[in-house]
Amino acid sequence: MSRPTALAIAAAVNAGSSARVAVEASLAACEADTLNAVIRVHRDRALAAADAVDARIRAGERLPLAGVPIAVKDNICITGLPATACSRILKGYIAPYTATAVARLEAAGCVVVAQTNMDELAFGSSNETSCYGPARNPVDPTRVPGGSSGGSAAVVAAGYVPVSLGSDTGGSIRQPASLCGSVGLKPTYGRVSRYGLIAYGSSLDQIGPFANNAADAEAVLRAMAGADPLDSTSAAQQMEPTPAGDALRGARIGWVEAHTEGLQAEVRAALDATKARLQAAGATLVPVTLPHERFAVSAYYIIGTGEASSNLSRMDGIRFGHRAEAADLRQIYGKSRAEGFGAEAKRRIMLGTYVLSTGYYDAYYKKAQQVRRLICQDYEQAFTTCDAILGPVSPTTAFKLGEKLSDPLQMYLSDIFTIATNLAGVPGISIPVAQDAQGLPIGMQLQGPMFSDVRLLAMARALTPQ
Amino acid sequence: MPISEQHVRHLAHLARLDLSDAEIASHAHDLDAIVGYMEQLTTVDTTGIDPVANVAGLINVVRADTPTALLPTAVALGNATSHSDHAFLVPKVVER
Repeated sequence: MSRPTALAIAAAVNAGSSARVAVEASLAACEADTLNAVIRVHRDRALAAADAVDARIRAGERLPLAGVPIAVKDNICITGLPATACSRILKGYIAPYTATAVARLEAAGCVVVAQTNMDELAFGSSNETSCYGPARNPVDPTRVPGGSSGGSAAVVAAGYVPVSLGSDTGGSIRQPASLCGSVGLKPTYGRVSRYGLIAYGSSLDQIGPFANNAADAEAVLRAMAGADPLDSTSAAQQMEPTPAGDALRGARIGWVEAHTEGLQAEVRAALDATKARLQAAGATLVPVTLPHERFAVSAYYIIGTGEASSNLSRMDGIRFGHRAEAADLRQIYGKSRAEGFGAEAKRRIMLGTYVLSTGYYDAYYKKAQQVRRLICQDYEQAFTTCDAILGPVSPTTAFKLGEKLSDPLQMYLSDIFTIATNLAGVPGISIPVAQDAQGLPIGMQLQGPMFSDVRLLAMARALTPQ
Repeated sequence: MPISEQHVRHLAHLARLDLSDAEIASHAHDLDAIVGYMEQLTTVDTTGIDPVANVAGLINVVRADTPTALLPTAVALGNATSHSDHAFLVPKVVER
């Protein structure tokens, strides 16, 4: 489905077209969703917001994202709307505040039209752990859209909205972007405030955009980036201006030999073809190594589940969320959580509790944070000889619904190429570059040094047709 | 070291998750496989390596000590199943 880009919509609205036009189109598409990618449409709120944008334009304002419809992952809070992270334990929860990222996008003219499906509490790589049932891949509805931000990837790839928001703790933006064929950016850790994001792994989580092209993704990032007094981990670094000229000519692009192993043949071919395109565009290819990356899945599932078990301890049925009937407080906690959390959430809470428990902390959590330091150092070393690292996002294209759900370790291992990015805090972007024989999208990833988001986006723009 | 069902019951207690016997058995199986895979970390020499706390190197971020009204009491209580005018309500915890 071909629809105008976010920047084209904003240009038209700034020139006097009504914001209602694009917002109506997105509302209608979301209401007709057949992929279970959308879990709530907010028609009245969106139309009122569109009218407010029109009023601001008539009053002389010019807004970078005027009238741009956006869909938001269900773990990002918006005042007065439900925010469940697709977990039964948060059914009925109404957010009492708005995430800074959303507040800034609305100030820039964006209009929230819908909230999107996701793996429960962002635990998953297939969108199959959602309490609303799985979302489906727009290219082939018998296949997963990836996860955990599967709904946000699908609504952009399907053309319901030009842009959406997801969150990425170990690949949850980049992997579904790759599987659905959209652009997905995991910004540098600290680039975007997490205030109002339902926390998973606090040392790893970032909010980021999905779009159908890199320019739209950049516009969304620019509108929401920057320090926020409500998130003490947000970074003060300013976004640089968009670089003029050719981002690839003269660029040094690293690649890792180990990233060519274990790939579906067509993903391997797409990697080779992308290398050839980069060289043809004037980039130099540089072999680099990330010697500790093979330990990233282990380190990630220790750090991520440890932090998740701690973050989720607040969901006890007392102040918000599902509360079970029981005679005493201890039973309310235990029953509310047992009834509210799904199987994958319980598995991660148990694993996180294990790695943080007395006698095991040093062997697991501390050890993982030390290995994480080595992974950070690997990236620092690699970036002394290259400007960005090219690699696959996912070893395979979109898999069938149910194919990996019964084997959690196999599901975790499918995150192998995206996890080290979060451990190091660096930015990563998934760019659609090819399709396999069945027409399923293949994405490639570029990772860059800390706070190189703008340069990565410029490289991605040079690699994607506008 | 295999993870016993007894150990899993202890973890479930720590995590305040009232799991069924079937869930205890399946978690013992899954945790064993996952933790078994993670044992690969023991092969990495981390002698003298400083654990990462924050990838951006931030330490002790503080704000000015000024009161601000972020969440009014009524709004904070609005999502609770059981509350009074000013407090979350739970069953009696302390016996007289």
